[in-house]
Amino acid sequence: MSPAELFSLPFMQRALLAALFTGVAAPAVGTYLVQRRLALMGDGIGHVAVTGVAIGLLTGWSPTWTAVVVAVLGAIAIELIRERGHTNGDVALALLFYGGLAGGVLITGLGNQSAARLQQYLFGSITTISAGDVVVTMVLAAIVIGVCVGLAAQLFAVAQDPEFARVAGLRVRFYNLLVAVLAAVSVTVAMRTVGLLLVSALMVVPVATSQQLSRSFRTTLGAAMLLGALASVGGLVVAAFASYQAQVAPGPTIVLLSLLGFVVTWPVGVWLRHRARLRTPFADEPLGHDVSDDHGHETHDHGPECGHVAVPHDDHVDYVHDGHRHAVHGEHYDEH
Amino acid sequence: MPLTTPDTSVTPIVLRDGAVAIGGRPVLRGIDLTVATGEFVALLGANGSGKSTLVRALTGLRPLTRGDLRLFGVPSGDFDQWQRIGFVPQRSGAASGVPASVREVVSSGRLARRRLLRPLGAVDRRAIDDAIALVGLTERTGDGVGTLSGGQQQRVLIARALAGDPELFFLDEPTAGVDLHHQQVLADALGALKDRGSTVVQVAHELGPLAPLVERVVVMSDGRIAHDGAPADAPGHHDHGHHHDVRRHDHVPHVSSPLERDR
Repeated sequence: MSPAELFSLPFMQRALLAALFTGVAAPAVGTYLVQRRLALMGDGIGHVAVTGVAIGLLTGWSPTWTAVVVAVLGAIAIELIRERGHTNGDVALALLFYGGLAGGVLITGLGNQSAARLQQYLFGSITTISAGDVVVTMVLAAIVIGVCVGLAAQLFAVAQDPEFARVAGLRVRFYNLLVAVLAAVSVTVAMRTVGLLLVSALMVVPVATSQQLSRSFRTTLGAAMLLGALASVGGLVVAAFASYQAQVAPGPTIVLLSLLGFVVTWPVGVWLRHRARLRTPFADEPLGHDVSDDHGHETHDHGPECGHVAVPHDDHVDYVHDGHRHAVHGEHYDEH
Repeated sequence: MPLTTPDTSVTPIVLRDGAVAIGGRPVLRGIDLTVATGEFVALLGANGSGKSTLVRALTGLRPLTRGDLRLFGVPSGDFDQWQRIGFVPQRSGAASGVPASVREVVSSGRLARRRLLRPLGAVDRRAIDDAIALVGLTERTGDGVGTLSGGQQQRVLIARALAGDPELFFLDEPTAGVDLHHQQVLADALGALKDRGSTVVQVAHELGPLAPLVERVVVMSDGRIAHDGAPADAPGHHDHGHHHDVRRHDHVPHVSSPLERDR
């Protein structure tokens, strides 16, 4: 089958649309979760949502909607525990997560459903998505994106410094719950794409990748959404073509592709941070200085071209040189 | 910085018989404090004497268990004119999990004056630029807050409060971790506020370069006001009063009581 034929297949078009929308929405919420150092919250909500899916399978209701309801309730519970508890309330969260996963597996068994049916939701089955599901996915994802971008200033302030936000008159608890609910919605949106057990990767990995290179929150958010879209559409396409040779699941492919993005950018980020640290201006300290004994200056004069790291220091520039800081002073160099 | 003439008709802070308990333990009690428009008040006291708690109670972050607090004449429960208040917390929240530029953090200071879903207007932008310039960080505007030194981060937090153009400032140890030169920069910035008629309530360990600005000193001791008056009359505040045995959260997970509230 040629690429043109593949992309003309209705199920493939549905899958591409779903992948695009979830790929943009998941990192948008993920950025706020990472900002609060709650990177694993998406994973926790995913575990809780397993129970929701199982309830849907047991009762015959749509698993998407039962998962939305249970995930939202779970996310609110997690947020309230976090707000009240010690540190991050991580033990309470763990109790909730494993309760959700165990409950889901148990209820699926009770409903005489096969594990394979549950597995569609655990690891994603984007190519079996129905036209109705695509519409639901697109609408929910659009709401998530709209809120995350539209209320960016408020959500940023609340996550950055809750106490300041409260004194600025923002309803901090409302915004915290809003982020929790958005996270729950995007988990269920992404559950058909990458699956409940991998959903957190799509929320967190693009953010981790984009913050390697960015200095501002806005760039991080925008780049994460772009990377998420590239990873999920790219992963789906890669999986579709690779499946001529072997059985390749789209969900894990998407996650591995976005991890690959992180692995590629990480060394760049390390280098940038290292360079930034070397070039941080020296503080002005009034402690006098010695005249350099002029070692090594027969070969060259320090300057923009000499290759030594040039660091601003008060009103001049120091050249870092074998653990010394040389500053030009008339005919000689001072040790600073 | 756009000048708003402070409203002199209403007293910014009136607290009568205020008390605060944390986790059931009384921390502050019998606090009577009135701060008039344009006053520059320093709250002094040993660690654990309750000075930060008092600021948190005045900003509404910590509920009063007793007493009556009015901000600008409005009972604290009904108070909603948050754009009149600028708060500089102790430096801790400046860096977070995601990079944020100096400008973005300072922009948060305009939130009390912005409507939902509206982009920053020209007035907002000017206020933000002026606030950053006033603390001397114009050259670092686009840099990540996490890459700044501790003192620079502190100045970012002050710029954030300045950006909202408030009338009443609360500063919790603004000079902690700031070197002497930049303490002077801060003192100049606070002096400019004072000249403008702003009211300033500041928690301090040492007055340092701020000393010439301070016209009134409130010394806290063991949760009560031990002295309230001109700086010259203040007793040495370093060694009297006993230290509270402050219980800090440890970072061991509390399996036995994951849902218990202890704050």
